[in-house]
Amino acid sequence: MTSTSANDPLALIAELTHRCPLHCVYCSNPLALTQRTTELSTADWSRVFQEAAALGVLQADFTGGEPLTRPDILDLIRAARAAGLYVNLITSGMPLDESRLEALTQAGLDHFQLSFQGAREETAQEISGTKAHAQKLRVLEWLKHHRLAVTLNFVIHRRNLDQLPEMLALAESSSATRVEFAHVQYYGWAFANRDSLLPTREQLMQSVDFFKKSQERLTGKIRIEYVVPDYYAKYPKPCMGGWGRKLMLITPNGDALPCHAARVIPHLSFENVKDHSLQEIWESSEAFQKFRGESWMQDPCKTCDRRTQDFGGCRCQAFLLAADAAATDPVCSLAPQRPKVDAILATVAQASACAPTNISTESKPAWLYRPNPA
Amino acid sequence: MSIDLNAHPRLSPGCRMNEKTQQPRTLLMPERALRLHGPSLEIVERCDGKRSVQQIIAELQELYSKAEPTKVEQDILGYLALLQKERALDFEP
Ligand code: SF4
Ligand code: SF4
Repeated sequence: MTSTSANDPLALIAELTHRCPLHCVYCSNPLALTQRTTELSTADWSRVFQEAAALGVLQADFTGGEPLTRPDILDLIRAARAAGLYVNLITSGMPLDESRLEALTQAGLDHFQLSFQGAREETAQEISGTKAHAQKLRVLEWLKHHRLAVTLNFVIHRRNLDQLPEMLALAESSSATRVEFAHVQYYGWAFANRDSLLPTREQLMQSVDFFKKSQERLTGKIRIEYVVPDYYAKYPKPCMGGWGRKLMLITPNGDALPCHAARVIPHLSFENVKDHSLQEIWESSEAFQKFRGESWMQDPCKTCDRRTQDFGGCRCQAFLLAADAAATDPVCSLAPQRPKVDAILATVAQASACAPTNISTESKPAWLYRPNPA
Repeated sequence: MSIDLNAHPRLSPGCRMNEKTQQPRTLLMPERALRLHGPSLEIVERCDGKRSVQQIIAELQELYSKAEPTKVEQDILGYLALLQKERALDFEP
């Protein structure tokens, strides 16, 4: 596994647009959003789907921003299906009405992933800076009448961790066969809002316990998946399944990235699907080659037994926390830079020790909301 | 979690095979893909909501007549349980 040659990619993450009616404080979009006028056309995307399928990609994840703000969304679904891809839509559920949902199903959508900011209107509003919760509840009702896989996505953090049972009850009352509880990962807007979002260790342990019990209870009914915040983990997550190993992300204007956050890494340039085929980009572009395989690794990763499991963790996090994209991910307990992460967690523990522990009475943080692109 | 022999398994919404022309044949589902070949493909192709588990077992026992019938049954029940855990099947009465 020391070679830098490419496997077949499994999924194409299609960021169709950065426009979104919501303004989530942890949005994974970059701080510099892509403008509407530079978005890829329907024809560009259709070609990308064909090229992706030819490369071995099985699934297309339509995301954004909000993919439903693309007026050509039905054509894009048809194009991806015609290429032979499985189509996932990751959406906030607006703009959508029941007839448009019917049209999405008819176009061949396979999987509808509805994201929630909380189980309650007031939390959802605080986090997304919009009134969207009631609409999501309506969408859940409509979904019961359509043959689609349904996943509920809850992004969880300090301000809504006390709502887990309510969130799961919402899922159980819906037609969802899958629920994802993902702790915020600290990139993009979430990095900017990190100190208001990081849970305490105690909150985290309680949540893990809740997930384990619920998974047992609902086996065969609902698949429950959860991702713990890696700041609290002993070892890092295998970010994106390894750099340039499984996934390829295309930004709204056609740049091909190995992960959502890759733009934070300085001096890394990205090829555009308008200039190169997906195969050329996947196999030989500088960005995908840079951290593929193991040759870029430093100690302790270079000789660590876990390097084929976690691939040294996340490159973007290494840059954000250790100012070196080739460093061992600082969340790793073996990383020389781990003390930086511990210091951040100590601040969280301290702040919660002197503040009231009841989340709803804690004063509202000074959020940095994600705006809309020009 | 045991499997009812009289139930009719059917792929859940959003779980489907890739096209017949695509190789290898693959079961596509939310955030997952399973490559199917031989017996696993024979089983999944019969999860159509029309055949009962019992019927699927009988058909595969015939198809793999050289194999021990109880072994075929065990393997099918094991595979259906795995798909159920992945939430890829609905069992209709
Ligand atoms: S995280 Fe929120 S703001 Fe960002 S794209 Fe998703 S719904 Fe829109
Ligand atoms: S040292 Fe590197 S390879 Fe080993 S566990 Fe830590 S991040 Fe993973």
